[in-house]
Amino acid sequence: MPSPTTEQIRNALQQEDVARQSHQKRDRINLGQIERWLSGLTGGVLLGYGILRRDWIGATMAAVGSALVVRGTTGHSFLYQGLNINTSQQERQNATSIQHNQGNKIVRAVTIQKSPEELYHFWRNFENLPRFMQHLQSVTVKDLTHSRWVAKAPAGKEVAWDAEIINEKENQLIAWRSVGDADIDNAGSVHFTPAPGGRGTVVKVVLEYKPPAGKAGQLVAKIFGEEPDTQVREDLRHFKQMMEAGEIPATEGQPSGRNKQ
Amino acid sequence: MRALCWEGVHKVRVENVPDPAIINPRDAIIKVTLTAICGSDLHLYDGYIPTMERGDIVGHEFMGEVVEVGRGVENLKKGDRVVVPFTIACGRCFFCQNNLWSLCDNSNPNAAMAEAMYGYSASGLFGYSHLYGGYAGGQAEYVRVPFADVGPLKVPAGLPDEQVLFLSDIFPTGYMAAENCNIHPGDVVAVWGCGPVGQFAIKSAYMLGAERVIAIDRIPERLRLAEKQGKAEVLNYEGTDVVQALKDMTGGRGPDSCIDAVGMEAHGESIGAIVDMAKQKTRLSTDRPHVLRQAIQACRKGGSVSIPGVYGGFLDKVPFGAAFAKGLTFHMGQTHVHRYLRPLLERVERGVIDPSFVITHRLNLDEGPEGYEIFKHKEDACIKIVLKP
Ligand SMILES: NC(=O)c1ccc[n+]([C@@H]2O[C@H](COP(=O)([O-])OP(=O)(O)OC[C@H]3O[C@@H](n4cnc5c(N)ncnc54)[C@H](O)[C@@H]3O)[C@@H](O)[C@H]2O)c1
Ligand SMILES: [Zn+2]
Ligand SMILES: [Zn+2]
Repeated sequence: MPSPTTEQIRNALQQEDVARQSHQKRDRINLGQIERWLSGLTGGVLLGYGILRRDWIGATMAAVGSALVVRGTTGHSFLYQGLNINTSQQERQNATSIQHNQGNKIVRAVTIQKSPEELYHFWRNFENLPRFMQHLQSVTVKDLTHSRWVAKAPAGKEVAWDAEIINEKENQLIAWRSVGDADIDNAGSVHFTPAPGGRGTVVKVVLEYKPPAGKAGQLVAKIFGEEPDTQVREDLRHFKQMMEAGEIPATEGQPSGRNKQ
Repeated sequence: MRALCWEGVHKVRVENVPDPAIINPRDAIIKVTLTAICGSDLHLYDGYIPTMERGDIVGHEFMGEVVEVGRGVENLKKGDRVVVPFTIACGRCFFCQNNLWSLCDNSNPNAAMAEAMYGYSASGLFGYSHLYGGYAGGQAEYVRVPFADVGPLKVPAGLPDEQVLFLSDIFPTGYMAAENCNIHPGDVVAVWGCGPVGQFAIKSAYMLGAERVIAIDRIPERLRLAEKQGKAEVLNYEGTDVVQALKDMTGGRGPDSCIDAVGMEAHGESIGAIVDMAKQKTRLSTDRPHVLRQAIQACRKGGSVSIPGVYGGFLDKVPFGAAFAKGLTFHMGQTHVHRYLRPLLERVERGVIDPSFVITHRLNLDEGPEGYEIFKHKEDACIKIVLKP
């Protein structure tokens, strides 16, 4: 793998900034608050305390403390994302429309207490995807392998692309990629593997996308760019919840003293 | 409806808020007939559980009458009288299916937050911070109960509310604490904390075959209850070297198992305990593990330390070397309430136990804020407070 250029590093750091700012902007309690609690309380304290002690216990505390601070404040994965560091060579073997090292790649897995068959068939009907993928507005299936995807963009805008299935093995694997003049060049695959000892099925998703340059690119970055990793993780979590529990847990609309009468 | 809302440290208020509505298919709405204040609520009240927001409705021990069910709930109908586990569980994930209900994968809408903090998320809880799901609690006139097809237990008409309410938490919690001691004939079980959880742990330890139970606290009426009702030998920790006393009381062996029914806000008089207090107050540390340290130190070789008391974050100077050297076994966590509902209800029905023995105060929901103060300071010989909406 080529070593990252300064340009790539700068981009990665900018991406982190965007992510951090977006954390701060949220008025709801979110990960940011936990991170602050964690890093401020634990990391910071261990770090300070550790440095003061100047012995081996101190050194350990400082090490743990600083790791927590770094982790807590940056969310380490953005750096990797921006630098395009892929964790495994093997994962790249999945069919994709984006050349190596040209797009952003996300790999996430979740284990679901259902058979590969059930999960595969639910996913294979792409029209089901918007039910658990927060950013998808709709997917319209056109024929056996072609579909049109529409994603929500900020300010009521939307981005769309056509996709085709480029590889599938029943109950095991579905791979697709965007075709033609897509707003975002993207490709994805989902893999269903039985987990041992009655633990259900491991569902692994690999997504790659290459944001276009210019204005459109900025828009795309807004949709996918801030926390793509987190989004995929939450989408997969919602998939699991929908398949196992039959619903996605929610509290929106419940009463509290904040909406008192 | 009226609901008790968390408004900041040492501040809860009764507010008029909208009634809850069905959000998901497996929801039910319960009209609360009786609810209680728990030691766990005091950790919120004292501000030691992060991610509480002003206005959050508190309360996780409650029971009542079903007034509405979602289309996914077929086993309950309007008018059913139920008691509700404080842990929210889907019943279908790996953990629920393995009887580890408080570790449910699918009930915490804020699982990502818990993952950031603990690696993985446990189940959602009623009225217990956003980290645990941000669900509105049951110290209110009505409450929304998710996964109502697997949680609520219908209770027989013959049993009054006061005898079944504590199936929602503290009876199962005390029972699981004792079960986690892996009790064998001849065992001595030491229980730190004679609050409601400790009281149920004492009774449960005997139910599970303990030879002797030693109960530790400093509050006279709590020690008295442990002695009279629980048939425990009691130890006032004030001015006592607890570890030495336990050694003396067990022929030099140490208790076979130790239950920490106190948790993160333990009191203490030693220098260590005072330093803990200062650190927790200044947010230099999250928990005061004074009791846990003693339990580890006192426990016999190869024994069990069972921890129903709640901890939230990072613990200072826990003698892990002692735990390692003595080959101790640890069990802890939020109670898998669903697991115990039926077996413990049966014990209540058979008259093996009347859980209402801990109740000292019966207040109206409107008197909730006063109740929190009384319970926090253990004023007026208070052991357990129930609130009627
Ligand atoms: N694991 C669970 O699912 C679960 C469920 C319910 C409650 N809890 C926890 O159990 C704990 C007890 O709950 P409770 O309702 O009985 O609370 P409580 O506040 O009524 O009782 C705590 C008792 O501990 C005593 N205590 C304090 N310091 C002590 C010390 N150093 N040595 C001995 N005793 C000491 C206090 O005097 C008090 O009587 C709390 O931490 C609560 O959060 C856990
Ligand atoms: Zn409780
Ligand atoms: Zn579950």
